[in-house]
Amino acid sequence: MKKLLLASVAGMVLAGTAGAEEIKLGISVGLTGPLESIAPGIQKGAELAMKQVGESGKLLGGATIAPVVADSTCVDAAAAVAAVERLVTADKVKGIVGGMCSGETIASLEKVGVPNGVVMISPSATSPALSTIDDKGFFFRTSPSDARQGEVMADSVLEKGIKSVAVTYTNNDYGKGLADSFATAYKAKGGTVTMVAAHDDGKADYSAEVAALAAAGGDALVVAGYADQGGSGVIQGALDTGAFETFVLPDGMVNEKLAEKFGTQLDTSFGQNPSAEGEGHDKFVALAKEAGFDGTSAYSGESYDAAALIMLAMEAAKTSDPKVWKDKVMDVANAPGEKIYPGDLPKALELLAAGKDIDYVGATAVELLEPGESAGVYRMVDFKGGKLNVVGYR
Amino acid sequence: MDILNALVALLNFVVIPAAAYGAQLALGALGVTLIYGILRFSNFAHGDTMALGTAFVILVTWGLQALGVSLGPLPTALLALPVGIALTSLVVLGTDRGIYRFYRRKKSEPIILVMASVGVMFIMNGVTRLVIGVDEIRFDDGARFLFSVQQFKAWSGLTEGLSLRVSQALTLVITALACWALFRFLARSKAGKAMRAYADNEDLALLSGIEPERVVRLTWIIATALAVTAGTLYGLDKSFKAFNYFQILLPIFAASIVGGLGNPLGAVAGGFIVAFSEVAVTYPWKKVAGYLGYQSDGLLQLLSTEYKFAVSFVILIVVLLFRPTGLFRGKSY
Repeated sequence: MKKLLLASVAGMVLAGTAGAEEIKLGISVGLTGPLESIAPGIQKGAELAMKQVGESGKLLGGATIAPVVADSTCVDAAAAVAAVERLVTADKVKGIVGGMCSGETIASLEKVGVPNGVVMISPSATSPALSTIDDKGFFFRTSPSDARQGEVMADSVLEKGIKSVAVTYTNNDYGKGLADSFATAYKAKGGTVTMVAAHDDGKADYSAEVAALAAAGGDALVVAGYADQGGSGVIQGALDTGAFETFVLPDGMVNEKLAEKFGTQLDTSFGQNPSAEGEGHDKFVALAKEAGFDGTSAYSGESYDAAALIMLAMEAAKTSDPKVWKDKVMDVANAPGEKIYPGDLPKALELLAAGKDIDYVGATAVELLEPGESAGVYRMVDFKGGKLNVVGYR
Repeated sequence: MDILNALVALLNFVVIPAAAYGAQLALGALGVTLIYGILRFSNFAHGDTMALGTAFVILVTWGLQALGVSLGPLPTALLALPVGIALTSLVVLGTDRGIYRFYRRKKSEPIILVMASVGVMFIMNGVTRLVIGVDEIRFDDGARFLFSVQQFKAWSGLTEGLSLRVSQALTLVITALACWALFRFLARSKAGKAMRAYADNEDLALLSGIEPERVVRLTWIIATALAVTAGTLYGLDKSFKAFNYFQILLPIFAASIVGGLGNPLGAVAGGFIVAFSEVAVTYPWKKVAGYLGYQSDGLLQLLSTEYKFAVSFVILIVVLLFRPTGLFRGKSY
C-alpha cells in the first residue's frame, strides 16, 4: 500500500514537471542585521518582476516563477554563505538576486555561486573589489562600482571650494572601498584628507570616533556609512559637539529619513547616490505603489532590474540553466534592440521568443559595462531647508 | 586661555560624552549584576529587555503626545517610563514563571539557565520587532540642549565650544538617583536585606523564613526597572533602534565583569571604566597638545578608533588575570 502511494506520488510529481517548468529564483537579502530597514524594498522589487513574468505565462512556454527568500544578514559572511548554499543545493534555484552588501556578496559568490555555476545579480553591492573578482561570468550587478562614485564625489567636493576633509567610513567592504576610492581621487585632484577613520555599525556609542575626527579637523566630514546606522550616529555626535557643520554624503547616507531626522542642521551638506531619472524610474515607482510598497526605497529599482535581467536572459537563451543563460545577460541589458521599461516584461518575452533583440532599460536605466556592472548615473543632492533636494545628475 | 581651551575641548569631546555613555552602561550593568548575584546566572536577554521596555515607553510616549501631554523642556518619555517599566516587568515575570522557574526548581547548572536566557533573548528580539519594527525611532521631545556650542562660545569667548544636551544631563542625574535608591534599598530595607541574604546563602535564607519566590520576583522587577530606564535614557540620548540594543549587551557585560559580577558598586564603576577607556584611549591629542604649546604634525593618537572595543576587552582580560572576580570582588559560581 505504502509503495503504491509512493509510486503514485512520484508519478504525479513527474507528470507535473513534464508540463510547464517551475523555476525557482533566489532572493538573498539582509532581512535581519544592520540594513534590515531597506531589505524589504529590495525583496519586493525583485518579487514584483517575478510576479509580472510568472503571471504572464510567457517565460519558456509558460514556466511559473517561485521566489525563494534567504536572509543574508548583510554582515555575517558565514551566515550568508549558508543561506545561499541552501538556495542552491536544497531549493535548486536557477538564479539569485543578491547579495545585498559587498562583503557578504563576495563570500557567497566565491564559495557557492561560482563553484555551483549559479548566476548572482546583486542590486546593491557596490564595492570596487567586485569589479576585479574572478567570477567566471557568474556575477553581475545593476548598481555601479564605488570607484566611480569616489571620483564623482571628489569633484563635487572640490567644486564647492572645500580643500580639506576628514573621512569616516563604515567598517566593511562597501565603506572601505568607497572611502579609499574617494581619498585617492580627492588627493589626486589636490585636496587634503586629514584623517580616515572607520566606525562600526550598530554600536552603542560614537563619541570616540567623533572626538578623533574633530581633533584631526577639516572643512567638511565625508561620511561613507549608512543613514540608519553608524553614519547618522557620527553625524549626530558631530553636530551636537559642534565638530563639523558640513557633511558630504554618499549613497548609503542619502535618503529622506536623514533629512527628516536632522532637518535644517544639514543646510550646507550635500551628496550623491546612483539613481536613474526619467520614464523607467517613474513607471517603476507607480507599479510599486500599486503593489503596495515604496519604489523610491534604496536599491528597490535595481532589484527589480536584477530579477528582470535573470528572466529575460533565460528567455533569450531558451533555457533556465544558469551556465547557459549567463552569456545572454549583457545582450538583453544593452543596445541594440527595442527599449523595455518596467511593466513591459511580457512584451519583452514575446519579442525574445520571436527572436528579436531587446535593450532592457528598466527602473534604473540599466546599461551594463564590462565586467557586468552598471555604468551608473549619479543624482546630486543637497539638504537645503531641511529637505532632500535633487540639484542635478552626472 | 589656551589651557582653558584645551580643557573645554577635552570636556566636550571626551568627558561629557563618555560620562553619559558610562552612566547608561552602568544602569544596564547593575541589572545584569543583580540577576547574576541573586539568581546566579548571566542574563543574556538583558539587552533585549531594554529594547522591549523602550519600545513600550515609546508607544506610551506617542499616546501621551497625542493627548497633548508634555513635560515642557523635559522629554515626555519620562512620564511614560513608569508605565513602560510596569509592562516590561509583567513580560519578564512571565518569562520567569514560564521558563526560569522550571530550571531553578530542578537546581540546574547556571550554564543551563544562561542558555535558556539566550533563547528568551531571541524571542524578545522578535517580539520587539513585531511590536515596534526595525526602523530607527526618535522619541525625544522638549529642549535638546541645556547649552549649545554656539551659546557657549558667545558666552565664554573661547575658540573651543562646549555643549551639554538635556539627555546627557538627565542620564547623569537619573543614574545617580537610581544608584542611590538601589544602594539604600539593599542596605537598609527589609526586602533588600532579604535579597542580600538570599544571594549569600540560599539555604540559610530559607531557614530564616525568607520566601525565595518573593526575592526572585523582586529581583526581576528591580533589574527590569533598571534595564528599561537605561534603555530609555540611551534611546533619548542617541535614538531607538532594536538592533543597537542587542549590540549594547557586549559592553554591558564587559562593564559588569570588570567591576565584579554580582557586585552593584562594581557594575557602576565598570560602566564608567569601559566608556572612558573606549573614548579616551583612541582620542588624538593633537588639538589639546597644540593648546598646551606642543605643535605636532601627527595626530598623537595612541590607537585608531577601530580598536576601541579591543581596549575594553584588553582591560577585561587584564582584570580577569589579576583579579579573577573583578575589581570590586564579585562572585563566581
